[in-house]
Amino acid sequence: MIEFLHQFLLTIDASVRLATPLIFCAMAGLFAERSGVIDISLEGKLLGAAFAAAAVSSLTGSVYVGLLAAMFVSVLMALIHGFACITHRGNQIVSGLAVNILASGVTVTVAIALFRQGGQTPLLGPGERFGPITLPFAESLSVVPVLGPFYADLISGHNLLIYLLIPLLPFLGWLLYRTRFGLRLRATGEVPAAVDAAGVSVAWVRYRALIIAGILCGLAGAYLSTAHGAGFVREMSAGKGYIALAAMIFGKWRPWPAMGACMLFGFFEAASARLQGVEIPLIGPAPVDIILLLPYILTVILLAGFFGRAIPPKAIGEPYIKER
Amino acid sequence: MSTPPLPRWAEIGLVPVINLTLALLVSGAVIAMLGEDPIKALGVMLKGAFVYPGSLGYTLYYATNFIFTGLAVTVAYQVMLFNIGGEGQAYIGGLGAGLVGLALGGVLPGVVVIPLAIVGAALFGAAWALIPAYLQAYRGSHIVITTIMFNFIGAGLMVSLLGGPMMRAGQMSPESEVMDASTHLLSMQELLALIGIEIAGSPLNLSFPLALLACVFVWYLIWRSKLGYRMRAIGHSEPAAAYAGIRIPHMIILTMAISGGLAGMMSVNEILGVHHKIVMNFTAGYGFTGIAVALMGRNHPVGIVMASLLFGAIYQGGAELDFEFQSITREMVLVIQGLIILFSGALVYMINRPLARLLAAVLPARVEGEGGRS
Repeated sequence: MIEFLHQFLLTIDASVRLATPLIFCAMAGLFAERSGVIDISLEGKLLGAAFAAAAVSSLTGSVYVGLLAAMFVSVLMALIHGFACITHRGNQIVSGLAVNILASGVTVTVAIALFRQGGQTPLLGPGERFGPITLPFAESLSVVPVLGPFYADLISGHNLLIYLLIPLLPFLGWLLYRTRFGLRLRATGEVPAAVDAAGVSVAWVRYRALIIAGILCGLAGAYLSTAHGAGFVREMSAGKGYIALAAMIFGKWRPWPAMGACMLFGFFEAASARLQGVEIPLIGPAPVDIILLLPYILTVILLAGFFGRAIPPKAIGEPYIKER
Repeated sequence: MSTPPLPRWAEIGLVPVINLTLALLVSGAVIAMLGEDPIKALGVMLKGAFVYPGSLGYTLYYATNFIFTGLAVTVAYQVMLFNIGGEGQAYIGGLGAGLVGLALGGVLPGVVVIPLAIVGAALFGAAWALIPAYLQAYRGSHIVITTIMFNFIGAGLMVSLLGGPMMRAGQMSPESEVMDASTHLLSMQELLALIGIEIAGSPLNLSFPLALLACVFVWYLIWRSKLGYRMRAIGHSEPAAAYAGIRIPHMIILTMAISGGLAGMMSVNEILGVHHKIVMNFTAGYGFTGIAVALMGRNHPVGIVMASLLFGAIYQGGAELDFEFQSITREMVLVIQGLIILFSGALVYMINRPLARLLAAVLPARVEGEGGRS
């Protein structure tokens, strides 16, 4: 029983770690898409930020400078996306795709030019990454049955960026649903003409939404390369941006359900890692490959409307044309 | 709007050149920032793509892939659908070609098996496009999202197949058995040797003429057939098409099946022509390049052939960068590709509008009715 509890806690712990970049990215996607801009460039921003964080952290020796660089690069990429599809009313999917492909190319190219390690950054040392933070009393409390391990294994020992989620999520929810800016942002995604008629610039609202998305993807990227990992490797985002996009859709473009979806998808990944090579009674070897595909499959089923309806913001994907 | 329409010749001839120039300029700036000489890099790429023995063959071999995936994007675009799933459709298409080749190779003669394998590639590719198409047509799910998801599902499926039931016995790497020699597509080197012409070795094979045939097919389909007329009608105005009695959902599914089939046929080049077995990730992003090709080629088969040649040259020439430079590698290809998509796709209005105004101001007024498309 104790062993089972321990295993369970470890899996949940791993789920949290794997879900964290998804949550940052999904929130980024949420802000962009609720303002009416499709954001498939989450993947590219994540990759670009991951590289910037690791590279700058390695060069300066400070993980915080790396974090700033990650947010800067990610916001810059968001602005390219915005320039193309807000200012010039380009196709948002094409623009997102361009950002993703550019990120794949630029990160590896610059990495090779800077570090000559085949597209990686050097392994980051202790000061160059976000280390685990042991919360007070974790050691002494770990002897307490049930609650002790729960506190020591699950609550304590994460890095700063994971703890950042705790105040960040309510803040983002508040920003989106309880502020004037949030109201305008959501209105821009539904009926931009109304926002325009109220004298608010649709373009500026959407730009701000994309900047927020950029900052959030920057956090996610820094998490990947300087907190979860210890350096950048090529293509390290490995589709996480797309899984986050799926999670956001799975959460029906709402913050808390989207976070739940990220946790679920993180759990799938953690579970599949844990079940690698494990024989399950009656089934045989654990279908690890299938478990990893569940985020995509579930999202398609949801989109098909077989359970619940996922209704996107009404004006999503349409460039706003003022003069008519 | 006040912007005059862009003359047709400018849209076809001038705009792609401007887009390419901008993309190359920015890439050149990147190369210069990394401390290498952009002019020298361009020279290396051109030599690598056309001059060295066999390099032209490689360029055309890459172009073959891009023609198929570019056509796939173009066909779907006729009904205003964005098929971003060419990557997955080509991958699963490879499964189709490979299964036919593995099952029938050696049992039936090659002349029978190869056409069947090509059909297999097209059918499997079409099938992989079918579910997103159905969901778009009848359940209103956005095709872009579903095809992205299907790219990942397809890749996962192939990993589990190639690493599991289809894995070659006694091999560590996930790949299938080698297909019987009779199923291998003739390479251009072998083909031309038959009529006494010697060329350097390259992976270029019979898939290239097949790709050109596919271009003719797509041209006929879109501009000369009833089906294509219906497709274009939907593309211009869906309500009008529906009012005229065209069954939109039906057409969406049919168009996506053709699109997926074309993407699937990319695997003919890779599986039947080059690898002769199903290997992991043989699609290598060619499906996404198809989007750049379709944008650059202005969604016309002739444009697609030219854009494919361009991208073939960029891919083959880019590989050469690895050998000549310390700081830049073949990943520059992705930078150039991303920039081309940005300029010719996402920023298309940034270039077209001022250009149209400029041309309207410079050129004498034209006869009404010309250059009406914009």
